[in-house]
Amino acid sequence: MDGMILTLILLAPLAGMALILLLPDRDEQSTNLPAWLALLTSLFTFACTLHLPAHFVAHQTGFQFEENLAWINSPAIRYHVGVDGLSLWLVVLVGLLAPVGVLASWRAVKKDRKLFYALFLLQQTAMVGVFVSLDLMLYYGFWELSLIPIAVLTAMFGRNLGDASAAKAALRFFLYTFIPSAPLLVALLWLYAHTGSFDYATVQAAIASGTLPGWQLAWVSVAFLIAFAVKVPVLGLHGWLPDLFSEAPVAIAMIAAGKLGLYSLIRFHVELFPALAHRAAPWMIALAAVGILYGALLALVQKDFWKLLAYATLGSLSFCTLGIYGFTAAGMSGAVLQTLNEGIIGAALFLLFGVLYEPASASKLADFGGLATKTPRLATLFTIASLALIGLPLLNGFVGEFLVLSGTFTGVSRVWATVAALGVILSAAYMLGAIQKIFLATGAPAHATGHAAGHPSATARDLTGSETVAVALLALLMLALGIQPGLATDAIEPALQSITQSLRMGAQSRNAANLSPTHPESATVIASSPANLKGGR
Amino acid sequence: MTPDILRILPELILTLTGVVVMLTDATLAPRSSRKPLGWLAALGTTIALCASLGQAALPAGTAFYATVQTDAFSAFFHTLICAIVLAAILLSIDALPQHHRGEFFALIVFGAVGMCLLTSAVELLVVFIALEISSISTYVLAGYRKHTAQGPESAIKYFLLGSFATAFLLYGIAMLFGATGTTQIQEIATLLPAARSHTLVILAFALMMVGVLFKVSAAPFHVWTPDVYEGAPTPVVALMSTAPKVAAFALLVRLLYGAFPLLHTLWMPLLWAVAILSMTVGNLAALRQTNAKRMLAYSSIAHAGYLLAALAGVGSQPITAIAFYTAAYAAMNVGIFALLSLVSGPDEHRSQIADYRGVLHQSPLTGGLMLLFLISLIGIPFTGGFFAKFYSFSTAMNGGAAWLVLIGLLNSGIAAAYYLRFAIALAQPAAKNGHAVTLPRWTLATSAAVLAAGAATLVLGIAPGWVLSAATAAAHSFTVIGGL
Repeated sequence: MDGMILTLILLAPLAGMALILLLPDRDEQSTNLPAWLALLTSLFTFACTLHLPAHFVAHQTGFQFEENLAWINSPAIRYHVGVDGLSLWLVVLVGLLAPVGVLASWRAVKKDRKLFYALFLLQQTAMVGVFVSLDLMLYYGFWELSLIPIAVLTAMFGRNLGDASAAKAALRFFLYTFIPSAPLLVALLWLYAHTGSFDYATVQAAIASGTLPGWQLAWVSVAFLIAFAVKVPVLGLHGWLPDLFSEAPVAIAMIAAGKLGLYSLIRFHVELFPALAHRAAPWMIALAAVGILYGALLALVQKDFWKLLAYATLGSLSFCTLGIYGFTAAGMSGAVLQTLNEGIIGAALFLLFGVLYEPASASKLADFGGLATKTPRLATLFTIASLALIGLPLLNGFVGEFLVLSGTFTGVSRVWATVAALGVILSAAYMLGAIQKIFLATGAPAHATGHAAGHPSATARDLTGSETVAVALLALLMLALGIQPGLATDAIEPALQSITQSLRMGAQSRNAANLSPTHPESATVIASSPANLKGGR
Repeated sequence: MTPDILRILPELILTLTGVVVMLTDATLAPRSSRKPLGWLAALGTTIALCASLGQAALPAGTAFYATVQTDAFSAFFHTLICAIVLAAILLSIDALPQHHRGEFFALIVFGAVGMCLLTSAVELLVVFIALEISSISTYVLAGYRKHTAQGPESAIKYFLLGSFATAFLLYGIAMLFGATGTTQIQEIATLLPAARSHTLVILAFALMMVGVLFKVSAAPFHVWTPDVYEGAPTPVVALMSTAPKVAAFALLVRLLYGAFPLLHTLWMPLLWAVAILSMTVGNLAALRQTNAKRMLAYSSIAHAGYLLAALAGVGSQPITAIAFYTAAYAAMNVGIFALLSLVSGPDEHRSQIADYRGVLHQSPLTGGLMLLFLISLIGIPFTGGFFAKFYSFSTAMNGGAAWLVLIGLLNSGIAAAYYLRFAIALAQPAAKNGHAVTLPRWTLATSAAVLAAGAATLVLGIAPGWVLSAATAAAHSFTVIGGL
């Protein structure tokens, strides 16, 4: 069972997809059979993912539930999958978000349901594949595959189909992520040409041995970094994010950002190229800290809730990047935790506002008002999710942000920690502002004519039973992770230890280069690099 | 000792099929349906396909005074070409307007004779004859939409430019004969160091390259492609964008590795430049197209560039990569053109990309398959197009051409934009004022062709091992006999 579980998790959504595609067409208009099938499939997959933490041996380094089969002989591409503490909870998170996504689409998707749910399940397989692949080429395959359903579903089921904006958002998302993956593939081919293997451990060992030509390897690591930074997205490469958040179907938008890119940054940049990641760190830290502030400031002035959520997400993802590239134990485990948190909180907010948005396609904050009494369940859960996003103690956002901030403050730079903390304060301002405008604010002028037929506030409905259950589960999870973060971090920390260890080795090799009398030039270059000025390591 | 006749068995079967189709056509009543002729041609091609597979089991060797050579290489390309031709015949059975169909199928089959012969000929005059046989039938087929303005234009353009290009090839052959005193490919390779005039050899080589690169529509010899594709009937484009190119690539490999391995240092940088030019020109021009067939025409120019990039590799790897790429390229191109033909109907009323809006909503199966082929053309993993690019570029990478690979992959990033624009048009709801056409019915012949292309695209992407080992064998047999 343990050997096959990851394959089962990968194949179950594909089997569901095949079943959905085989359904007869005539049922499509009358019944919601595809949605039921998708729900069952995703619940089954979620149950399978729960097998992982149940049988995971904590405090054991290395990968577990491994499976390693020959796939293609030449070039040697293997079907090699496995999880460690880093990817474990991300797989579970994808498993959890799938049924939530199906519930969020239950009413929103009215036609072509077969296609929608089939592609939705394909997306799930692709995402799990990214988290569990231990063969670089297999990883690349799933990475590319994960673009297609998002792009097609956004174009087909986008929220504003009347104009061409959904298609534009889809195209923009695809090109933003596909073009950097071209250098990524070149880099993979280069690594294969020099190491003769796509296997993660082999390539990692080859890079650590220091026998690969240096300046070319630096370019390879840059190609990796850019491809992942776009997917996160990091500040400056986030052009696709606001568009996708306003246009994509709710179930797709909630999974598109964050996880894939952040996981890849840790696994395939920091862990694979520790020495080179050190050199990139000052830039990434600066981008992340400015990104936190930038996201918060832009979220503050948005009038449209989807755009607000996009910039808020940019801010909280920048928090994760800050934690990763601080290279402190606390910061990194905070970053991983925050990646999970962002997934949970983002999904809840997307689902909740999606319910408000759907009847009248209204997303301007000014369109709403006084909904606290009309939709009490929705308002309560929305407030809980917002407070978690702000980072209120006892909710999950607090732990992640605190770990990142304390790691940055003690281990990296007080200036950047202060900038990041400013972002936290602003996040309270914009989220509370949004709650005030949507759920309270009865006396707003836009509301004077309110409650006439067709006004978003008039047509708004409260959550249905199943939606309530789904979001309440997410809210419970926020509480659980807030009170007892050890649930997740117990598995995450041993995995991070090996990474920080290799980072220390990377730092040592850099110091060795610094001290080496044979490289006086490189020593001066590195000594004057911003890392040593700002980092103070 | 293998009888000579076995070495040209597929060609013989195809010729016979063509003759039978023409004779039967003459006996049928003028008003009666010509569809049975299509099935007859399909049957003959299937037998030829089996014969090609059988040729792989023969010991490698030459026949007819060393003018024809069968080996794993020729068997690979024979099989591929017969499969493409079979798909094209199946597509045409229901997709063409009613008139003159008997000769249509005969022409396709005769063209196939030339293409097959091209991949096994090792005597340059036989090469020339084979090229002419295949070209002349494609010239005629390209002009099959006689009642439209673009049909005859397409045929005339193709004919004039095509004969010009074959003339170049013939000049090259003549000069090479002057320099070495032979037209047999292996003899050329051995006699080349003792050639009478090095300048003459280089000139001959250059002229021959012009002829072959025209046939594979590599830039800067590509200008005919979009106009011809736009005017020709779509099932014919499915054929002529794949089979003649596959044959021409086989010829290119025979020439480069069979006749001119000694000029390696000369042709390598030349083909580098052509590869980069082809992909860049093809992709940049495709970005600006609004007509679906013109866009795919430019895309095929770009694909010729990706294919040529493999030649930067070392050893027999490039041949493997090229053989695999042609197979994957054929599967996805036949597939996408087949579906264009199916969706736009015999009168081809949908020509612009925008006309394809809503296909995915109207018929998820048709739209989904189109999506699959477009994804494969982009080069997304788990489709044939990915491994094709992967092998081509990793071969180039092993040859040390990192810059070529980077340019190639950035190009495929640009290419994603226009394929995806098409894919998104399929996914968008149909235009309100546009023609709300109901899609034509899937017939047995069409579905067989399209599903086979779809299955091939997926198999090449998920389990490329089989075709890859065949391609490796092809490359290997070549190295053994060609004396590289």
